[in-house]
Amino acid sequence: MKILICISHVPDTNAKIPFKDGKPDLAGLTFVIAPYDDFALARAVELRDQTAGKLTVLCVGKADTEPTIRKALAIGADDAIRVDAEPTDAFFVATQIAEIAKQNQYDMILMGRESSDYNGGQVHGMVAAMLGLPCIVPCMKLDLNGNVATMYREIEGGKEVVELPTPFVAGCQEPIAEWKIPNMRGIMTAKTKPLKVVSPVATAISTQVASYEVPAARSNCKMIDAANVGQLVELLKNEAKVI
Amino acid sequence: MNVLIYIESENNAPKKSSLEAVAYGAAIAKGQVVAVAPSDADTTELGKYGVDKVLQFTVSGKLEATQVASIVAQAAQAQSAEVVIFAKSILNDLAAPMVGVHLGASVASNVIEMPDFSKGFVVKRGVFSGKAYTEVALNNAIKVLSIKKNAVAMTEKGKTAVIESFSPSVAASTITIKETTQKTGDILLTDADIVVSGGRGLKGPEHWGMIEELAKTLNAATGCSKPVSDMDWRPHHEHVGQTGIKVSPNLYIAVGISGAIQHLAGVSSSKTIVVINKDADAPFFKAADYGIVGDAFDIIPKFTEALKNTL
Ligand SMILES: Cc1cc2nc3c(=O)[nH]c(=O)nc-3n(C[C@H](O)[C@H](O)[C@H](O)COP(=O)(O)OP(=O)(O)OC[C@H]3O[C@@H](n4cnc5c(N)ncnc54)[C@H](O)[C@@H]3O)c2cc1C
Ligand SMILES: Nc1ncnc2c1ncn2[C@@H]1O[C@H](COP(=O)(O)O)[C@@H](O)[C@H]1O
Repeated sequence: MKILICISHVPDTNAKIPFKDGKPDLAGLTFVIAPYDDFALARAVELRDQTAGKLTVLCVGKADTEPTIRKALAIGADDAIRVDAEPTDAFFVATQIAEIAKQNQYDMILMGRESSDYNGGQVHGMVAAMLGLPCIVPCMKLDLNGNVATMYREIEGGKEVVELPTPFVAGCQEPIAEWKIPNMRGIMTAKTKPLKVVSPVATAISTQVASYEVPAARSNCKMIDAANVGQLVELLKNEAKVI
Repeated sequence: MNVLIYIESENNAPKKSSLEAVAYGAAIAKGQVVAVAPSDADTTELGKYGVDKVLQFTVSGKLEATQVASIVAQAAQAQSAEVVIFAKSILNDLAAPMVGVHLGASVASNVIEMPDFSKGFVVKRGVFSGKAYTEVALNNAIKVLSIKKNAVAMTEKGKTAVIESFSPSVAASTITIKETTQKTGDILLTDADIVVSGGRGLKGPEHWGMIEELAKTLNAATGCSKPVSDMDWRPHHEHVGQTGIKVSPNLYIAVGISGAIQHLAGVSSSKTIVVINKDADAPFFKAADYGIVGDAFDIIPKFTEALKNTL
């Protein structure tokens, strides 16, 4: 199987996002593979092993994303492609991924359910539409039998077991696999695995961030005595007016 | 400017979230408000919230996102719609970007407010897992939005929608559904006005009776923190937070949840937050509107009782 795993390079999810001059100031933060993408990567490595296939990791980003890409190589991807561009919006990123996919004909394109920076949950749907492929999101289990995949996907209030032939796009989430931590050998070999840098294809600018806003902190938590829950009911009814 | 809204139905009625999408569309339309709806969705409610025309299509079986996208794109073209609106749902979240590609549209997901027209077509949406918001300008002539719950106030327009039958061509999907497990009759987390969530502080699945009782009293959906679903105390689809469901109800009640940043990511756009935790230093209190420090096992039954006496 030829598998493509698309990863986004995002600030560590434990971090508070600092803002400076009305913009996120990400300079001092640690960057990681987005959590959902990390789940997808872990499963992709297992499926590559199972099918003795080839796993390519793709990231649309500038040179600062390379440590994150190397980490994916250390976890087990065979080679990497970096599309050298700022990932300005989902349409831009999807256009780049679709272009790479057209050139390489992957059996499977795995992504996360959503990135954890701009959280659009859009790239997989766009890539699928651009390539005319079926798409499963969120995919919580993915097994292969020849070229037929069996997946669990979450639906509103439950789950569904579905079957479909390759090729397809899937946006993954736990519990599809356990996150993998690179071992020493992985880290060493990652340094010499091929990482190809390609130029982006041109696209029109579809969306543009105009400004940011940090949510107002909840003004002040009103504390209610544990012995007086009636007061909570009263406040919810007459002050917050939510019941 | 014509607006098109995609309607999802449930028990032969439009889903409540779809009616919110209608209200949103009606509030911004300068031309016709058109709904594209499966034929089993009763249309009176649609007119009530502002739909002028319903394009009714017949479905056999469940639609895949690719099929929804194809139906909606064809309807948008037929009606010269400039704005296409989806209510956030698992299926719609996937269909919306596909429609964006078909129509060459700008797409925004997780939209939480009415657009700002003073700067073009600018919408507000959550980023960094709810840690911030951004205003995004949608540049293309056609815009596709998926809106979050509570993005707009529900105003009745009292129209009667004209019904037209619509027969888009829909390609078969290569996806075969083998098995569906879905709890019916329960209020869906994303649809609920009130959500009651429990965390590891509840000690075990056997203690969820009181949470369910409280939820039932409030007509609420039940949620949980991630470790709770990881340990299988509760099903995965109840898990709220950055890696789970993001909710924006009127009232979110967190019981025995510490308030880790990843949990808060899923609840920060709730209107009112109540936290019940035995540790006065639990970080969740900093993100709450009302708090009680105390033992959930003592407080929850009393709270439910007091609610029963009032509601
Ligand atoms: C990448 C990543 C993604 C994550 N995504 C999510 C996510 O989407 N959602 C999520 O929830 N978590 C997520 N987490 C986990 C998160 O960091 C926390 O570990 C988790 O939210 C803690 O769950 P909890 O509050 O139920 O448990 P705990 O942190 O153990 O808190 C239990 C709380 O219960 C209180 N308590 C104990 N007994 C009682 C009692 N008798 N009465 C009242 N209170 C009591 C305690 O004081 C404590 O505050 C994620 C973590 C990572 C690293
Ligand atoms: N810059 C990027 N490069 C490669 N893949 C990406 C990038 N951004 C997003 N993705 C993939 O698309 C998925 C959905 O992202 P999003 O639409 O931003 O929520 C992510 O989980 C990634 O797998």
